[in-house]
Amino acid sequence: MLSLMIFIPLLGMLVVLFAIRREQEELAKRVTFIITLIPLLIAVFLFVDYDRSAPGHQYEEDMMWIEAFNIRYHVGIDGLSVTLVLLTALLGPICVLASWKIDKGIKAYLALFLLLETGMIGFFCALDMFLFYVFFELTLLPMYFLIGIWGGPRREYAAIKFFLYTLFGSVLMLIAMIAVYLKSGTDDVARTFDIPTLIELAKTPGHALADPTFQIWAFLGFFIGFAVKVPIFPFHTWLPDAHVEAPTAISVILAGILLKMGTYGLVRVNFAMLPEGMDFFCNGEGRWGNSLAILGFINIVYGSLCALAQTDFKKLVAYSSIGHMGFVLIGLAARNESGLTGAILQMFNHGVISAMLFLLVGVVYDRAHHREINGFGGLGSKMPIYTGITTLAFMASLGLPGLSGFVGEALSLLGAYSKFKVLTILSTAGIVVGAAYFLWTLQRVFLGELNPKYEAITEINGREIATLVPLGILTIVLGIWPSIAIDMFREAVSLLPLVQ
Amino acid sequence: MTNIASIPYFIPEIVLVVFAVVIILYDLGSKKTGGNGAAYLGLIGLVIAVITALVIGSEDRSLFLGMVRLDSFAMFFKIIISVATAATILFSVRSSELDPETKGEYYALLLAVTLGMYLMASSTHLLMIYLSLETVSLTSYILAGFLTHSPRSSEAAFKYITFGAISSGTMLFGISLLFGMTGTGDIMLISSKLGEMFSQGNVYPLAVLLSITFILAGVGYKIASVPFHMWSPDVYEGAPIPITAFLSVASKAAGFALFLRLFYSGFKSADASIDWSMMLAVVSALTMTVGNLAALPQQNVKRLLAYSSISHGGFLLMGGVLLTSEGLQAILIYLIIYLFMNLGAFFVVILIANEVGSETIDGYRGLVSRAPLIAVSMAIFLFSLTGLPPLAGFAGKWILFAAVIKEQLYWLAVIGLLNSVVALYYYVRIVKAMFLESSDDTESLSFSPGSLVLLLIFVVPTLLLGIYWNPLYELSRASLGKLMG
Repeated sequence: MLSLMIFIPLLGMLVVLFAIRREQEELAKRVTFIITLIPLLIAVFLFVDYDRSAPGHQYEEDMMWIEAFNIRYHVGIDGLSVTLVLLTALLGPICVLASWKIDKGIKAYLALFLLLETGMIGFFCALDMFLFYVFFELTLLPMYFLIGIWGGPRREYAAIKFFLYTLFGSVLMLIAMIAVYLKSGTDDVARTFDIPTLIELAKTPGHALADPTFQIWAFLGFFIGFAVKVPIFPFHTWLPDAHVEAPTAISVILAGILLKMGTYGLVRVNFAMLPEGMDFFCNGEGRWGNSLAILGFINIVYGSLCALAQTDFKKLVAYSSIGHMGFVLIGLAARNESGLTGAILQMFNHGVISAMLFLLVGVVYDRAHHREINGFGGLGSKMPIYTGITTLAFMASLGLPGLSGFVGEALSLLGAYSKFKVLTILSTAGIVVGAAYFLWTLQRVFLGELNPKYEAITEINGREIATLVPLGILTIVLGIWPSIAIDMFREAVSLLPLVQ
Repeated sequence: MTNIASIPYFIPEIVLVVFAVVIILYDLGSKKTGGNGAAYLGLIGLVIAVITALVIGSEDRSLFLGMVRLDSFAMFFKIIISVATAATILFSVRSSELDPETKGEYYALLLAVTLGMYLMASSTHLLMIYLSLETVSLTSYILAGFLTHSPRSSEAAFKYITFGAISSGTMLFGISLLFGMTGTGDIMLISSKLGEMFSQGNVYPLAVLLSITFILAGVGYKIASVPFHMWSPDVYEGAPIPITAFLSVASKAAGFALFLRLFYSGFKSADASIDWSMMLAVVSALTMTVGNLAALPQQNVKRLLAYSSISHGGFLLMGGVLLTSEGLQAILIYLIIYLFMNLGAFFVVILIANEVGSETIDGYRGLVSRAPLIAVSMAIFLFSLTGLPPLAGFAGKWILFAAVIKEQLYWLAVIGLLNSVVALYYYVRIVKAMFLESSDDTESLSFSPGSLVLLLIFVVPTLLLGIYWNPLYELSRASLGKLMG
């Protein structure tokens, strides 16, 4: 089942590349759309069929891959990954729709997009560290080309910056990963990459993996790898460039999924597998005890302040992403049930909301061919539906109660408050700033006098609405009834090494 | 084994000699029509040599009174070298650089250099080691200078000779020192002698260190490790491209064969009191860093690949630092993978030089719209050279770093991996030119079906070996044979 979901996009890539001729652009788009619907159907089925009361992984598949290093093809999903798999599968067809107007080399674009989808779904399903890493890196290549070929004016710079930053992070992760593998056994006791097994070993007193000093160093290696992806200050500078230059659909994937790969990795590896390392950086004592919470705080406040200063619509949304990922971090640092539930929920919600925001920026950019916030004005009178959806997305993103963004952030902060009082209070400033920049943008773009240049601007069309509606419904539903998501990962959270 | 009794086990080498002579005779006899007869004769010779080598098998045998050893380790390198030579012959046929009139001796020389490399992989006596090294060097000088109309090619040959003479002189001095101390040239005996001397304490460790360092100069020159690497960018740039490809793969493989045999079976017993594994680690770190940093500003793709091949030499050396069997296996596996990806990249350089007439990165602009298959293949080779999964280069990198980290040389692993980030930058410059930039020339390029098939021969393993590389591991384990004692 999971393999089917992972590899159907890959098969689809081959179909698009070899079975469709260059001139048949329309056909290529339709075929890709249908291909991306298949993982979505499977993901919806998994979401419904997933046994919420059972802890551990479900739908597991486990095969030997490379005997020499005991590398296995082991996939499976738990409550944590099933939500992110659903998010990935949902954004797939939405992004294909959002890419409908791409006119240059559409075949290659769609093929790379499908390869990217395989990498992302595979990453969230992988339960073997090696496989996990392969999928993690597999997303790099298509992303480089997607930004570099189809991006904006500074696309080459943005693409290589993204590539170099991520590779830098992942080589440090590779060292940590090899070290963990080597410590998991000896020449006589088989070593393993199996993540569930490694998690057990790291808890076993006296095992080499449970050694606190080792865990702290391994933690750092993995942490930098994921921090670049999240991105956590000071590794964030690739993100605004990549976002601004990337085409709309790729920005959606970048914000919606790729950033989540970082936080997912933090939960799956740093949190679950290296509890001693986590403890060192989050216990609130000693020189390093507040590190993670401080980084979360910096992300929230710094990201929000940067967003406030932007005049480019897309850059504003990009910096707001940095801010919102800070809530995930501070929730993780709390290491209690409320903090983690909030963090994981925030991952999903941010995926939905930021996807909406980038799609909305794309809509206006397609019409006006610029993104200067101060260059608009009074669009509300010309584009009422667009204005309505944008307002919904803004409100969700700034954390209005009743919409999904609020629940995740509130739970994260609630969890964090019991451990890091001062930092949590200071972090709430981020929410205020968030409200400020979103409302101010709303005012500058949609309210006031209509800018005469945009007399003839057209309302959002059916295809664009179709990309936004499913996401809009999710933000409202999850805002009113968050427990449909929380129920999914409640068991998964309870299995994590929580600290009360 | 006596000289006469050894001959049946020496048939592959004899076949090479015979075919080298046959090619020269054929060349004399045939009218200078520019046909490829000599090339095909060379290929046939190589195939027969490999087949006879496989038939003879790789059971451990000491030949010619201990001068040469026939074992699975030597066999492994003979096959690698033969594949590289065969590829070079096929490349040369397709390269428009070479003057058809002189092709006869060119292929004869290629077989001669292959013979030298066979011997480098199997010599177990210092004298034989020196002779085989010189055979390879002398023939390589001529091959590097083969473009007689090009001053760059002559300059390449001249620099090659100058550096070669100095380093082989240094090596000879090291050999004489070692011979003076141990009284023998057989590296197995040297090993036991050194062990004995160290356990009795009647030896100056400094003298041993000095002689090993001098010998390393000769080996380091062949594998282009810092500080003996200076010749390689100029030689690589000036030589005909097929020869550049050949030197970067076969010459490096033979150099590593020699290095590993010398150090694993010869000098290992001196390990206890001399910390020369630290010296190797530093050389390895320097080699990859210097190679990578120097590659960054290059505009000429040949020169860029030359520097990248220096840095790959540093990578490979990492596996040899601690003389563990994991490290050795990693080197063998990396060499196989490197063979495919590097030769593939050079083949693309040849095709582009033929069709576009340029060796600079600018010549690769907009290649994806002019020759999509070539551009995609080149991207695969370059990303594999960077070591990105799921390509073969990643498998090689992974095994190598696992071996290094297992010995807790974390600093070396960090330097190595950061280097692969640097490497990404310059490899991507070519990818960027091919995919992200457009050229004024937009007419599509056409290539012969033969060239495309040959290209696929390199692309397919680069893809498949990244996904499933267990067989490589088994093969490399089998090839270690008794080398580790």
